[in-house]
Amino acid sequence: MPQIIEKKILAPRTNYFRLAAPLIAGHAQPGQFVVIRVEEGGERIPITIADIDTGEGSITLIIQEAGKTTERMGLLRTGDEIRDVLGPLGMPSEVGDFGTVALLGGGFGIAAIHLLAKALRKHKNYIISIIAARTKELLIMEDEMRRVSDELRVKSDDGSAGTKGLVIEPLDEMLKTGRHIDRVMAVGPIPMMRAVSELTRPYGVKTIVSLNPVMVDGTGMCGGCRVEIGGDTKFACVDGPEFDAHLVNFDEFIKRNQMYKEYEKLSAETCRLATAADALASAQVK
Amino acid sequence: MEVKDRLKIQRHKIPERDPVQRAECFEEVALGFDEKLAVGEAQRCLQCKKPVCMDGCPVAIDILKFIRQVTEGDFAGAARTIRATNSLPAICGRVCPQESQCEKTCVLAKKGLPVAVGALERFVSDYDQRYGLTDGMTPGLPTGKNIAVVGSGPAGLTAAGHLVLAGHGVTVFEAFHEPGGVLIYGIPEFRLPKIIVRQEVSKLANLGVEFALNTLVGRTISVDELLKDGYSAAFLAPGAGVPAFMDIPGENLCGVYSANEFLTRVNLMKAFRFPEHDTPVYCGKHVAVIGGGNTAMDAARTALRLGPEKVYIIYRRSELEMPARREEIHHAKEEGIQFMTLTAPIAYRPNPRGWVGEMECIRMELSEPDASGRRRPVPIEGSNVVIPVDTVVVAIGAKINNLLVHTTPGLQTDRRGNLIVDKATQMTTRPGIYAGGDIASGEATVIAAMGQGRAAAKAICEYVK
Ligand SMILES: Cc1cc2nc3c(=O)[nH]c(=O)nc-3n(C[C@H](O)[C@H](O)[C@H](O)COP(=O)(O)OP(=O)(O)OC[C@H]3O[C@@H](n4cnc5c(N)ncnc54)[C@H](O)[C@@H]3O)c2cc1C
Ligand SMILES: Cc1cc2nc3c(=O)[nH]c(=O)nc-3n(C[C@H](O)[C@H](O)[C@H](O)COP(=O)(O)OP(=O)(O)OC[C@H]3O[C@@H](n4cnc5c(N)ncnc54)[C@H](O)[C@@H]3O)c2cc1C
Ligand code: SF4
Ligand code: SF4
Ligand code: FES
Repeated sequence: MPQIIEKKILAPRTNYFRLAAPLIAGHAQPGQFVVIRVEEGGERIPITIADIDTGEGSITLIIQEAGKTTERMGLLRTGDEIRDVLGPLGMPSEVGDFGTVALLGGGFGIAAIHLLAKALRKHKNYIISIIAARTKELLIMEDEMRRVSDELRVKSDDGSAGTKGLVIEPLDEMLKTGRHIDRVMAVGPIPMMRAVSELTRPYGVKTIVSLNPVMVDGTGMCGGCRVEIGGDTKFACVDGPEFDAHLVNFDEFIKRNQMYKEYEKLSAETCRLATAADALASAQVK
Repeated sequence: MEVKDRLKIQRHKIPERDPVQRAECFEEVALGFDEKLAVGEAQRCLQCKKPVCMDGCPVAIDILKFIRQVTEGDFAGAARTIRATNSLPAICGRVCPQESQCEKTCVLAKKGLPVAVGALERFVSDYDQRYGLTDGMTPGLPTGKNIAVVGSGPAGLTAAGHLVLAGHGVTVFEAFHEPGGVLIYGIPEFRLPKIIVRQEVSKLANLGVEFALNTLVGRTISVDELLKDGYSAAFLAPGAGVPAFMDIPGENLCGVYSANEFLTRVNLMKAFRFPEHDTPVYCGKHVAVIGGGNTAMDAARTALRLGPEKVYIIYRRSELEMPARREEIHHAKEEGIQFMTLTAPIAYRPNPRGWVGEMECIRMELSEPDASGRRRPVPIEGSNVVIPVDTVVVAIGAKINNLLVHTTPGLQTDRRGNLIVDKATQMTTRPGIYAGGDIASGEATVIAAMGQGRAAAKAICEYVK
């Protein structure tokens, strides 16, 4: 069972974990993910590999608490072990000499574009990164992003970090003013990826998004992660998770992503009850 | 006992849980023989000079001998006889398609009902497990050689068992967090209790087999790295893991599952115990399962236990052509599943919420036999029907996952994508790399996968000598 070498809280409900996983670290490439199961009886969930340290034999995960599994994960500390970690899964990101690349990240997506930026810098690329959060408190990895970008723009809903506005505004401006961009890559909440896709479509700029459908095995065995790309059905866990944004059927994708909404609420509820019961029990022991 | 007396005995029915009761629970349906029923059934065997039953068993169990031992009350002897060629008998006794194997070739089948070989095998193995009759198997003298087994389905487990008994160090690499392959994630609890699979796995572990779980060979580590890393040979048994879809409109609507996903959620992830277990499964009021094989029956009967009003099996040929075990078809009907044969879906349409709400089907008729010998279904023009459904499970078969082929240079596949292997040794087109089970034969049976695992283990022992 992989051990947590270091756990940090990056922002409220956003946690950083560095795991000892030498085989995964030795084979992982940017764009790939792992499937984790926190405990017996737990759900299998996919998480992007946010950093790779082959020397230490570790990988980094940045996990936002969204429901039961990610909240249970948030309770783990340095030195704890994670029940199951499978990876690396999925196709690596395409990395090459593209020219000027705009990377857009929101939420945990910032971690994904950070690793990609590091890889793109090894080639001849000019990197414009645009990251965003609701408020300054929730913004992660600003310094790390600055180090790997030629230009960094920061946006927040309330203007507490960078300038006020949406993550796509700087890109919109650049495209409107005729700035040449060879490739766009966006990772973050679905509405953001969709907005980026709509924005770049009329300009014909190649745009890549990293899709996050509900997964079970992550190895191509269940078909639960299927997405429609250019009219064909693809399995995001083996054919993706990165796809040409302009070919994605977002309507279908959004629907499928919400398939278990009701169940998730129930699950989160029992999780809170269980956590409360745990806390009560340990208080009584003391 | 005289032959004419033996012939007078009626075939003993295996006791079963009541259909109404079982439609609400995941407990095992077939309850198995007790000692008296077993001996009684064993007495029906004519102890033929030419035991043709054995020709029908892919691992050639000495059926005549073990049945005689049962009539003598020597259950320990019977258990040893079976274990000599079959390392997972409690599983085969439950899931082998006996009617097309050992019980098909039994002489009694010609005139009436064959000896219940499967049920007897199951009885002996359960008895063995309960009283530990064949415990105390020990691994062979260490050879100092290590063998890598990829996949922990029946092919992988069988090969691992034979290899460890021959004294090799064996590591089984498995992508999932639990070993067993289809036996764990596919075949439901009510047909094959998972405790049986776990017992077999722990027997192997006790013999010294290592299980490296959460390891996807080809991604976490490659076959070539394993061979460089101290493994002298590899046996690839990753199964046929990719679900096939029909490519018809609406197949990606919410509420449309592959059988693999539906069954994995319920079996491996225990969605039937949600929210105590975290993984959910959606099962509506009107469920349609597409297909006529074991997978379709399992999906339909699993769905039934999640409490819908109606469960349909939609199959494009007639019942006669269904590839499922007869017993499963029979059980499915008993439990109230409605069979719509000679019917095929052509489109799914959404309800106002955007989920699957109805399916359009077309009726079929059978024309002349095709290459597989089965009569080919052809659509009857204008016979379209619309059926309201809110859950669909597509169970029309599986394709090969080509990860290992893509990441292991030198492996060749045939037209259908199956790995090409030597029929006698199971060796692939690369020396030292063997393969068996569904990856080599296409979707087949548990016992066929085991037979290939055993053949490969033998050949590997020769190869590493
Ligand atoms: C390829 C990929 C990479 C991802 N990378 C990250 C990452 O680096 N950091 C991060 O915080 N999150 C990541 N996610 C999202 C993460 O998997 C979900 O937040 C997590 O599954 C939520 O589980 P939960 O039980 O905490 O919440 P739930 O209450 O179960 O679900 C909340 C939402 O998460 C999604 N979700 C639920 N179950 C699954 C599942 N089994 N598979 C996929 N999505 C699911 C659904 O959209 C759901 O509405 C990634 C998802 C994918 C597909
Ligand atoms: C629902 C269902 C019901 C069935 N019912 C019956 C029945 O009643 N009777 C019968 O005889 N047959 C039945 N079958 C068919 C039978 O189960 C299969 O033929 C048999 O399991 C094949 O065995 P296998 O060892 O080749 O692979 P599998 O059982 O498929 O196991 C393969 C294992 O390898 C793992 N794996 C795959 N790729 C990798 C990799 N790269 N690295 C590591 N691990 C990997 C998988 O996770 C899996 O655990 C059924 C099949 C299904 C799906
Ligand atoms: S292993 Fe299967 S085919 Fe062979 S005797 Fe047993 S039930 Fe029959
Ligand atoms: S063929 Fe039938 S009757 Fe003859 S030995 Fe085999 S099981 Fe017994
Ligand atoms: S998650 Fe099961 S096929 Fe992709």
